[in-house]
Amino acid sequence: MNVHEYQAKELLRGYGVPVPPGRLALTPAEAEVAARGLDAKVVVVKAQVHAGGRGKAGGIKLARSPAESKRIASEILGMTLRTHQTGAAGKLVRKVWVEAGCEIERELYLGLVLDRAAEDLAIIASTEGGVEIEEVAGRSPEKLATVHVDPATGLQPFHVRRVAFALGLGADALAKLEVFLGGLYRLFVEKDATLAEINPLVVTRAGDLFALDCKLNFDDNALFRHADVRELRDPDEEDPREREAHAHDLAYVSLDGDIGCLVNGAGLAMATLDMLRAAGGAPANFLDVGGGTSQERVAAAFKLILEDPQVKAILVNIFGGIVRCDLVAEGVVAAARELGVRVPLVVRLQGTNAAEGRALLAGSGLDITPAETFREAAERAVAAARAAGA
Amino acid sequence: MAILCDKSARLIVQGLGRMGRFHAGLSRDYGSQVVGGVAPGKGGSEIDGLPVFDTVREAVAATGADASVVFVPPPGASDAILEAADAGVALVVCITEGIPALDMLRVKRALRGGQTRLLGPNCPGVVTPGQCRIGIMPAQITRPGAVGVMSRSGTLTYEAVDQLSRLGIGQSSCVGIGGDAVIGTTFVDALALFEADPETKAVILIGEIGGNAEETAAAFVRAKMSKPVVAFVAGQNAPPGKRMGHAGAIIAGGHGRASDKIAALEAAGVAVAATPAEIGETLAKRCPALAR
Repeated sequence: MNVHEYQAKELLRGYGVPVPPGRLALTPAEAEVAARGLDAKVVVVKAQVHAGGRGKAGGIKLARSPAESKRIASEILGMTLRTHQTGAAGKLVRKVWVEAGCEIERELYLGLVLDRAAEDLAIIASTEGGVEIEEVAGRSPEKLATVHVDPATGLQPFHVRRVAFALGLGADALAKLEVFLGGLYRLFVEKDATLAEINPLVVTRAGDLFALDCKLNFDDNALFRHADVRELRDPDEEDPREREAHAHDLAYVSLDGDIGCLVNGAGLAMATLDMLRAAGGAPANFLDVGGGTSQERVAAAFKLILEDPQVKAILVNIFGGIVRCDLVAEGVVAAARELGVRVPLVVRLQGTNAAEGRALLAGSGLDITPAETFREAAERAVAAARAAGA
Repeated sequence: MAILCDKSARLIVQGLGRMGRFHAGLSRDYGSQVVGGVAPGKGGSEIDGLPVFDTVREAVAATGADASVVFVPPPGASDAILEAADAGVALVVCITEGIPALDMLRVKRALRGGQTRLLGPNCPGVVTPGQCRIGIMPAQITRPGAVGVMSRSGTLTYEAVDQLSRLGIGQSSCVGIGGDAVIGTTFVDALALFEADPETKAVILIGEIGGNAEETAAAFVRAKMSKPVVAFVAGQNAPPGKRMGHAGAIIAGGHGRASDKIAALEAAGVAVAATPAEIGETLAKRCPALAR
């Protein structure tokens, strides 16, 4: 789960990580009041959307007076921000963060990530702050330092020293980095983050460290124990169908094709997208109905797929293990009757109780095209979508 | 003897909810020796004819169990794995989906160098056809034979096994290693076991986007495997930055793409199936002797 910059900064502040003072504004008038309250020579007005690259896209601007803050906020609020991370559709800006500017001496990079290959936590530090870290990794990998932290011991002073020297911070900055990194590490572990990125971490002329921008990702699997993090979810930042799927405990990702997919199991669901492409078709979505599939969930999944106006055919691909094919068939029949499926429906059932499931579909009187093998199912769905689109 | 389990395995079940009981029953029907269950507070009772114990230690002492299957929900799953390891259980298979990644980091650190092998979490378990079923796989689609199957995905394991069985090709063991970012037994661990197993003549690896497990496996195949390996990598059409169902299946920062994984596997001499419908055929072509 992602959060906004302003939410990340509030969390950081709670863990003693220094961030510049700032206020949230939903209207230009609020931005003016916020700027006045900050009592700074320069303030920065920053669009709050879940995407990087906001500066280049015109979503971050400097203001030298409260009046200018108001004018800039009126430009940024309501704009559709298109960055390399938003896709062509872009993201509508609904709020801005107004922050006191600071006098920057150096811009550094500091990241903390769950390193799945090393099976530990890794601190990534670089003297090249303020640019995309992937770009630094590609261009000058020697400028990245990685410090692994054993989850059994947690962060130790020597880790902080290694990071400090890698960042070219003098001995006088060590105590400040200890507070900074210590807070970041505790936040990461206590709130079950998977990524915490401070870019840039700035050193001011006065020698202080500040998190000027921050990106936090949290482990979806750990949200059950963090009510405070769950509350930071911003439904406006999510695809409406993905949000609806989330409410029904379905794994769903919108794609741009015309064949709706309803599959059990993440691997088979990904492979179904691959198979449709190989057969010359284009999937409209990834959808995993999961293991403990009930009739209600199948119906909810159908509803989601049918709400997508692009969908011209639906492929149901089920390999029953835990899932019983007869229950899926009942769900398909019930959903098709209730919702009135307006597009061709290709159904493949294999595994547990497949014969019973197929018999149910055949006896339902619904216009369903059955398929036996994976390839057959994909080819029939592609043909059906083509016929419907012609 | 295949890998991970055979008919001598003595299995206990941790987490006797609806799913745990249902699959314990199926495993018993398949011929596995299910010798007990663990449900704190219900020790001394019997559930579905299984003796129930309060702790794993008591279960092991009373039944001689050497394997455990964990169905405990996410908040208590890492504790259940550690309890089994503490009791000296040799194989722990964790089915639970949705365990926090940091919990698994600590579990893996704790298991390092110990006597317990963990399979999963978020996995369908293991079937050694004709001998033993631990977990939730539909064992009826398997048939005894010489191909080792391993996968990060449950349903794709079934798909591959079904394709093999339809071609008359049997399996030595079918292993789901799990779809999470941090898992116990990795592709490399399972490859080493299959390489050492005299009954396995070839291996199928089913990978997917996210992480670098396939690349690491490719390096191992090149350096250490004498047996032929066939692969499929799911997610060639997955958009970057989106979690595709599995917690571990995400293309992040340009890493974890299917195309890179396929290239690494092919460079190591692995025959990679072009589509998920051709996994069985690709193996039959690569190992004609097994297809007869």
